Amino acid sequence: MVFEILQAAFMQRALITGIAVAIICSAVGLFLVLRRHSLFGDALAHLAFGGIAVGLFTNIYPIWTAVIVSVLAALGMTKLRQSTNIPPDATVAVLLSSGLALGIVLVSLSGGFSVDLFSFLFGSILLVSQEELFMILALSAAIMAVLLALYKKFMYITFDEEQAKVSGLQVSKLNYLFIVLASIAVIASIRLVGILLISSLIVIPNITAILLGKGFRKTAAISGAIAVIGVVAGILLSYVANIASGGTIVLVLVMIFLATLAVKYSSKKQRIEKLKTARS
Amino acid sequence: MQLEAEAVKVERVSYDYGHEKILDDISFTVQEGDLLGIIGPNGAGKTTLFSCMLGLIEDYEGIIEILGQDIRKKKKVLQQIGYVPQKKSVERGYPATVEDIVSLGTIGKGSKGNIRTALETVGLTDYKERRIGELSGGQLQRVFIAKALVNEPRLFILDEPSTGIDVETQNKFYSLLRKLNKENHITMIWASHDLEAINSLANRVACINRNMFFHGESHEFFENPELLKKYSESSMQAHMHEQHHHH
Repeated sequence: MVFEILQAAFMQRALITGIAVAIICSAVGLFLVLRRHSLFGDALAHLAFGGIAVGLFTNIYPIWTAVIVSVLAALGMTKLRQSTNIPPDATVAVLLSSGLALGIVLVSLSGGFSVDLFSFLFGSILLVSQEELFMILALSAAIMAVLLALYKKFMYITFDEEQAKVSGLQVSKLNYLFIVLASIAVIASIRLVGILLISSLIVIPNITAILLGKGFRKTAAISGAIAVIGVVAGILLSYVANIASGGTIVLVLVMIFLATLAVKYSSKKQRIEKLKTARS
Repeated sequence: MQLEAEAVKVERVSYDYGHEKILDDISFTVQEGDLLGIIGPNGAGKTTLFSCMLGLIEDYEGIIEILGQDIRKKKKVLQQIGYVPQKKSVERGYPATVEDIVSLGTIGKGSKGNIRTALETVGLTDYKERRIGELSGGQLQRVFIAKALVNEPRLFILDEPSTGIDVETQNKFYSLLRKLNKENHITMIWASHDLEAINSLANRVACINRNMFFHGESHEFFENPELLKKYSESSMQAHMHEQHHHH
């Protein structure tokens, strides 16, 4: 049956898009998680919601308005973080609610939009068009190219901003660039899981990979693999069981996380038991 | 006598933070090959002075030259400095190995560096696959030294944490400093609270407490009971002042 499903063009598009998005979200997410900006993806996604509403309201292609709104807001937020003492989680809270508020107001002004809005909120990966597929692939390739070229610099800044500055890195420029990359990654993934579930794609594969205790590159690779497995399994499962794909993907990822946690915890317990018996 | 080159020249440097004078007319020089110990009570401005020398603070008054170059005009010269920060710990689960962190030393400076040699020098070859969150404070300090060493710097600036490292580790650290200074010919500027260690390692001492309290040969400071007494009094005052602020 899986073979038949895979032959359908809509399914191929969904899987290819899903894999691309899984990879960029987990890659961008590793830096966000380590910088304790896990909720930043959520803020960006809510801003994107405001941006999408602007697009639907003005009849401009909503993805473009979403890109503009969230990139501008993200840059503003980075500026705020660098030049004031407002705690970063507070700026996240402000952006998150402003994006949502903008969206709600525009929706109410227009007397409610069509189903479009619903698919942006919860994702609709099976409805990805050929055009969207190409766009998402191009964006993903661009993001990955920049990340691969600069990952060591981002890693340095993530580890210790001050030391990075001392060794001559242009920290604030790189921070702006990273935030732009993260915004684009979030927008590219709206189709997959929707605005409300994006931070799961950013966070869960990474915290699962971090549990395994490897170095930076291996952690990034494992996280990418987990994200891809979660997305592919989630899409197929949701289609077979006829349930919402976005939610299914997230639940699969949560399950992988819990299983990893259980294995890790039990092996740790075993080691302690062994030590105890060896001593007594 | 051979004329030694100036590695660092700090000339009449002052820095205000708000209405508070953190550094007040500080001047000193460091010759190449020197091991300068910087002492001063908490809040004396040592870290601020380092921030100025590392290019992190730029709006100070006065001039700082490294290897003959004004650091505000020739920023490139900053890359000759290896900086070892005051960081005591890294989050336990942080997904980076010792090798990952040491390799960060190679970026932004255009040199490939030699990670293996750096790890060997600090005695952490067997630890290169270890996650840095699992290291002790003393090992972490050596990781940062290796990271700084990768680029073969001519000058080291070390901001030593004042607490949290046991005596044995501390002694190993001191012999490493001596080795880097004597064998690798790296000029050192080293802030510490350990007067005894400074006395035995440093050939020169700068004692600051917002302004320059003493600057000269190490023995001149340690063999002068009056200076030592004055220093311990000012440390005590700073300590009391701090306590007062805490309450």
